[in-house]
Amino acid sequence: MVTLNSYLTLSAVLFSIGAVGVFTQRNALIMYMCIELMLNAVNLTFIAFSRYLNDLGGHVFVFMIMTVAAAEAAVGLAIIMALFRNKETVNVDEINLSKG
Amino acid sequence: MQLLMFYILGFGAVLSALLLVTSKKPVNAAMSLIATMFCLAGLYVLLDAHLVAVLQILVYAGAVMVLFLFVIMLLNIQEKEGRLAGSTIALQFVSILGVGMVFVIAASLVKVRGALPTGGELFPFGTTKAVGSMLFTEYLLPFEIASMLLLAAIVGAVILAKRRISDAKP
Repeated sequence: MVTLNSYLTLSAVLFSIGAVGVFTQRNALIMYMCIELMLNAVNLTFIAFSRYLNDLGGHVFVFMIMTVAAAEAAVGLAIIMALFRNKETVNVDEINLSKG
Repeated sequence: MQLLMFYILGFGAVLSALLLVTSKKPVNAAMSLIATMFCLAGLYVLLDAHLVAVLQILVYAGAVMVLFLFVIMLLNIQEKEGRLAGSTIALQFVSILGVGMVFVIAASLVKVRGALPTGGELFPFGTTKAVGSMLFTEYLLPFEIASMLLLAAIVGAVILAKRRISDAKP
């Protein structure tokens, strides 16, 4: 019997892995992928609660999160491309334009 | 059966997520993320979220990841770019922090005793018809705002990624 708890714990594990990835990776592209992983973990929580409460509102929220993730990926990758064109790198340690 | 599927898909998701955060090449990371997304789509099917499961594969594994791969191949990043954070102490600290995060969330879930309802619903749960009718009635305004957001993202991506006219001249 799979309980709500199992899904929430799995979601927590995935979210934490994504958070660790954002902190450890220095490649901007892989950092973006880790952020996508975190968004996906949250989606799993929404779906699990939606099933538990027998309410379809959670599915609509997941729909919105997917929209935002797609928009974020498009704009974020465009920013990375613009950065790469100027600095010839995607390593975030070498991108320090705002540093005083 | 459902428990077995949950464990297979959950294990696959966690394993490919770990491969994602430890990978050094962006292409390997993208492939791991696609594997994670397929496992999550399977979990959504287990939770009777059929429309969301299909959208997960179409939008995430299809559109978003193809965009990622397209940019990776367009940029042609050299080998030296892909490396983890410099010092091993920082890596260990962040890893411990991540494990601690899992434990904090898991500890807060100890008292949750939610048995998920299985089968015999009053209405078809998670089908395109059910979610669609909800999107176009109760959540019509957020749905329209989402379309505006996508339009803004398209315009923003084009403006950010295009070359300046002055750059184009030799």
